[in-house]
Amino acid sequence: MIINSRFFNRSELIGFVALALVLLVILPLSLDVFRLNLVAKYLTYAFVAIGLVLCWGYGGILSLGQGVFFGLGGYCMAMFLKLEASSVENTKIQSTPGIPDFMDWNQITALPLFWQPFHSLTFTVLAIILVPGLFALIIGTAMFKRRVGGTYFAIITQAVAAILTILIVGQQGYTGGINGMTDLRTLKGWDIRPDHAKIVLYFFEVFLLFGCIFIAQFIRLTKLGRILVAMREQEDRVRFSGYSVANFKIFAFCMAAIFAAIGGAMFALNVGFMSPSFVGIVPSIEMVIYTAVGGRMSIFGAVWGALLVNFAKTGLSESFPQLWLFGLGALFIAVVLAFPNGLSGIWADYVQPRIDRLLASRKSKSGAWADNSVADGAPAE
Amino acid sequence: MLIGHQPKPFLLAVEALTVSFDGFKAVNNLSFYVEENEIRVIIGPNGAGKTTVLDLICGKTKATSGSIQFRGKELTKLKENQIVQTGVGRKFQTPSVFEDLTVFENLEISYPRGRTVFGSLAFQRDDAVKQRVEEVAEMIFLKDRLDTYADQLSHGQKQWLEIGMLLIQDPELLMLDEPVAGMSVSERAKTAELLNRIIKDRSVLVIEHDMKFVEDIAHKVTVLHQGQILSEGTMEKVKNDPKVIEVYLGH
Repeated sequence: MIINSRFFNRSELIGFVALALVLLVILPLSLDVFRLNLVAKYLTYAFVAIGLVLCWGYGGILSLGQGVFFGLGGYCMAMFLKLEASSVENTKIQSTPGIPDFMDWNQITALPLFWQPFHSLTFTVLAIILVPGLFALIIGTAMFKRRVGGTYFAIITQAVAAILTILIVGQQGYTGGINGMTDLRTLKGWDIRPDHAKIVLYFFEVFLLFGCIFIAQFIRLTKLGRILVAMREQEDRVRFSGYSVANFKIFAFCMAAIFAAIGGAMFALNVGFMSPSFVGIVPSIEMVIYTAVGGRMSIFGAVWGALLVNFAKTGLSESFPQLWLFGLGALFIAVVLAFPNGLSGIWADYVQPRIDRLLASRKSKSGAWADNSVADGAPAE
Repeated sequence: MLIGHQPKPFLLAVEALTVSFDGFKAVNNLSFYVEENEIRVIIGPNGAGKTTVLDLICGKTKATSGSIQFRGKELTKLKENQIVQTGVGRKFQTPSVFEDLTVFENLEISYPRGRTVFGSLAFQRDDAVKQRVEEVAEMIFLKDRLDTYADQLSHGQKQWLEIGMLLIQDPELLMLDEPVAGMSVSERAKTAELLNRIIKDRSVLVIEHDMKFVEDIAHKVTVLHQGQILSEGTMEKVKNDPKVIEVYLGH
């Protein structure tokens, strides 16, 4: 009996090496800083897409509100950066110096209480994880314990995304409103705007992304990963095998929220601002499309999906700004209809077998006797 | 009656159980008792409420009124997964196995350890698990198919797999909903052999239409009709009950 106890199987290892090569070597060497910073922005969505692989691909829980968590993470980061950018000497022309400019414009004269702890970077980092995590826990508990699932859950997450957007836009004095939080400058005194900072932030982000990939892969390989798959197919059978289905769904949803929040925080750092246009329904649906295009069952596929769709988006919207949304919609429909497993499915069904055949034919030429030892090389018991 | 002086406590005591769906009483004031190591078969015409009774015991459907006591524990107040953990296992009518997982993984998920979120993250596939999975796989005739994905199995094999998934939980009360329905003749014989082996040391509640099969295994038969008990007793007694002949066996 063969039990695969390795962390990555062969094709996953190829996927990992290919991604590492592209992100760490090829792109940094071939792109200028402006384009590399664009890649950094695209990669922030890859965090969300990885979360969706766990939650949607494995657990079958479609969330159309990941922008909420992306936004919460992003806003937590942006609040810290905004406070640092709003030092007394930077804002001495304001009627109340030392508070963010948008507060001053909205006749707020003191820093609100919930802003106070964001003076601390430690608190901010914890908040980036915990605020979205707890929010997902509350939504998840309220929904899954009552057995709300499927389409209903998707619609509710959309409603939450809409509500949060309205709240952010409406509470202009506390959130910066529709413009968001702009003019973010330094992180603990380190300027995040010049080119060399962009490069450091890019590599830091790739490092975090691989961290999230490893966590997702670890979860996928534990029994919990198999329970998620089981749950997606036969929820009742899981329940009658002694598991609390709701708790597992809550876990998957929280993990997806935390990944999305890390992406959001990196967005604020790399792009230098955060606004409600990354929170609402449309960006949330776009995030699902990245995952669908990349392949919702594939962690690496999701990263490629986020990268490629965003490259296409930038390319197309530069030349045909009106057409882009239609293109995105058409892409989504095409992927769902023709390639339900996305790019990773195309790879596994069409490209991988050819490579295997090619390798096999070359191997048989080089000597048939060697073939046996390779075939038996799998860990047997 | 002397309280606390009963010679043998029942494993399962269903009392005055009622469930109504929009006023329609699918199960109406039903009471019956299952003893330790008893094999009880529930028969009855379509719509008699047989499956609903199993749904009520395992918590899939909530009772409108009445009580279900299992080893003195009130099941009507527990959640499905808690009921499983007290020792009640349920097999569904249509085979419900995890088709995207292998036979091994299907059985492993049912292994009663690491059932919480963090327990399942820390769960290790150690020798005890492997040994138990292989043992059960042998029992359900799927020993050479451990690495096969469950969607590749035949209908009968899926039924066996689901029975295996219950076995690995080692429940004290096993509930089977038409375990041989849709099986070929040879599969049916094998299933009977399997069931005869696994029903030792536990109580079993079976719904079945195949009268030959019922006669083979039943200690006691309960006949349901319109949510109520029409007759109860040994197969011999039930078979000769004129009421039963009229509504069920006569057809």
